Amino acid sequence: MSTVAANALGAAGGGLQDVAASEASLRRFLHGLPGVDAVGLEARAASLGTRSIKTTAKAYAIDLAISMIDLTTLEGADTVGKVRALCTKARNPDPSDPGAPRVAAICVYPDMVATAKAALEGTDIQVASVATAFPAGRAALPVKLADTADAVAAGADEIDMVIDRGAFLSGRYLDVFNEIVAVKEACKRPDGTAAHLKVIFETGELQTYDNVRRASWLAMLAGADFIKTSTGKVAVNATPPVTLLMLEAVRDFKAQTGIQVGVKPAGGIKTTKDAMKYLVMVNETLGDDWLTPHWFRFGASSLLNDLLMQRQKLTTGRYSGPDYVTVD
Amino acid sequence: MAKNNKKAEETVTPKGRLFEYAPAPESPAAAGDIATSYGHFIGGEFVDSSGSEALKTVNPATEQVLAEFAQGTDEDVDRAVAAARKAFTDWSALPGSERAKYLFRIARIIQERSRELAVLESIDNGKPIRETRDVDLPLVAAHFFYYAGWADKLDYAGYGANPKPLGVAGQVIPWNFPLLMLAWKIAPALATGNTVVLKPAETTPLTALRFAEICRQAGLPKGVVNIVTGDGRTGAALTAHPDVNKVAFTGSTPVGRAIAKQIAGTRKKLSLELGGKAANIVFDDAPIDQAVEGIVNGIFFNQGHVCCAGSRLLVQESIQDELLDALKRRMATLRVGDPLDKNTDIGAINSAAQLARITELSLAGEAEGAERWSPACELPSAGYWFRPTLFTGVSQAHRIAREEIFGPVLSVLTFRTPTEAVEKANNTPFGLSAGIWTEKGSRILWMANQLKAGVVWANTFNKFDPTSPFGGYKESGYGREGGRHGLEAYLDV
Repeated sequence: MSTVAANALGAAGGGLQDVAASEASLRRFLHGLPGVDAVGLEARAASLGTRSIKTTAKAYAIDLAISMIDLTTLEGADTVGKVRALCTKARNPDPSDPGAPRVAAICVYPDMVATAKAALEGTDIQVASVATAFPAGRAALPVKLADTADAVAAGADEIDMVIDRGAFLSGRYLDVFNEIVAVKEACKRPDGTAAHLKVIFETGELQTYDNVRRASWLAMLAGADFIKTSTGKVAVNATPPVTLLMLEAVRDFKAQTGIQVGVKPAGGIKTTKDAMKYLVMVNETLGDDWLTPHWFRFGASSLLNDLLMQRQKLTTGRYSGPDYVTVD
Repeated sequence: MAKNNKKAEETVTPKGRLFEYAPAPESPAAAGDIATSYGHFIGGEFVDSSGSEALKTVNPATEQVLAEFAQGTDEDVDRAVAAARKAFTDWSALPGSERAKYLFRIARIIQERSRELAVLESIDNGKPIRETRDVDLPLVAAHFFYYAGWADKLDYAGYGANPKPLGVAGQVIPWNFPLLMLAWKIAPALATGNTVVLKPAETTPLTALRFAEICRQAGLPKGVVNIVTGDGRTGAALTAHPDVNKVAFTGSTPVGRAIAKQIAGTRKKLSLELGGKAANIVFDDAPIDQAVEGIVNGIFFNQGHVCCAGSRLLVQESIQDELLDALKRRMATLRVGDPLDKNTDIGAINSAAQLARITELSLAGEAEGAERWSPACELPSAGYWFRPTLFTGVSQAHRIAREEIFGPVLSVLTFRTPTEAVEKANNTPFGLSAGIWTEKGSRILWMANQLKAGVVWANTFNKFDPTSPFGGYKESGYGREGGRHGLEAYLDV
């Protein structure tokens, strides 16, 4: 395993190649990261939440937010019909306005990847698949890798994996690290390209902000292309403070290694107002480099319709109401 | 962190161009009607001054004159003190629960009219609406609510049974938090049964005069609160008045010293809340991102016009580069400009005189060899403005490390050990506040015991609450405002 680790970090640089050489060195590094003061972090997130985004800035932010959505359906009740309907929505979010931007991706379970892929043929909308025994991640590594490989083979452009929170909380950081490295390996396609890897922490289960910062660095060191807050399947999902902390982590990681990593808050972001707060955090923590769907995403389902209603309000001057956006 | 931080700074700059916030101005009309000229508020009535001299208050963001107001004469002060004396008999005889009703009523009216008061405060003072709306006004209302609660419980405040008020309080307040300082002065005075004559600062009289309207709206008995406007001459007449029993002053140390001299040998009770040169001490194990926020809040909140501002950053040498990189990156995102724009972080300097003082001390910093840095930011053409400024390479001997600048200027010094941090932090004639940033609880407690400062904040800064006493050591003054301790300043105990 240590050779795999060394390979993953080879790319990282910034003097961090040896961090995951052993359980002890990885623990030392993660526990040596600056602490997080919860009160201060929450106060900063709340204060950014008071920014007043109006007129042209609002129009820009709404379109940007729409273009950053991973339109998601992750239900036991998902069917081919449901996924196709969602894909149609992704292609043409607002039937009354063909100028409305498209979403970034559709996010589904692995068995729906082929359906989504076919339905999105000819667009640049990505298909993201959750994998690794999502959402709990409670399966043996070979099962998780098979799950991932299956989704990639079905055509997934992006893989949203979950970390082993049990291993993380019991301090087995190297196990978590190696698992991410292995999943990243499983994202590779025969033609040499690879599916983009998003690593989900389930921050609602990690509980403390110190844990979130450690998990962020752990995942980035292991080669995550994106770090993502939540599955949307537990009581506490994305929150502004947790997301702000992860934004700070990717900022610091880029400062140290030169490698840029994306961030995806997911779950619980339902309104345009919420989305604005997140974009303000991105803007004032990371700036232009991350203000694209390539580096920031919203994992959401109901958010899109609220953004569309606000968009209609801005373009027509009237508030149309929920009957004028499609329910899919 | 690593050496390539320098290079990385160029790649991660949050000052973006893509997502520019459109102007989000609060309506100046929300401030309500501003009269062209004001007299005083004496005995429950708005009255003309006995003199003819008038002063002007300007909007520091535009330099436009907002209103004229009276320069209070000795005769005006005399009338106001007489009105307060007359009202004292009945007011002090009211049961505490009755006085509380008035204070609760005032607190509620302040909440109801908070938008109006916030906008008026921003216009007259230059501070951003975000702060008047989210900090000043909530605290003003909270202060009245808090002391309203004490009014019928004075027997249990720890000063014995049935503690007596002092009489007429002469109160002189500064321009940096006009309405909040008014609340700090008036709420405890009224709760304990005193009557007051208050003189607001000569650059910011408008919210105090609006507060007079609120006193009328609340049906407060005539003469319990009197407001006399004017400059230092009016203040001196008030503090010198023989029928004033209590003097409360918040402002500069030189004026505080003059007041102390003036009333020495009289029976007046005095509380002074004066200048500061607070150390904000950051250890190598600090939560860096939150420490940076605390440093920014410590010195750039209210344009640095804060007596307890964290104007000296003491940073442990081992993390100096990392911390300063992060601080500069953060300072580059500060939005300086129109105080009424809801997205403005730093508003206008309160007056031309204050701007001149900040400019003079900053030039002294450069002349003495400290390195000056400010983020690039455009300043409006009219009005009084000063860029958020950082001085590195500052030593204890520099003027910018010793004198209160009272502006958005931070002096950065370093230390090596906790003992050295304490020595440097205490090496000032002031002692109002201090900040400690470390993840180590035992060190916080040890430091707090060593620091000679009235308030010590741990992993936060500039946090205010009416329940918490506030006041200074050494030349930062004496007496406490806020909390149970704040009652003592207005009781004959």
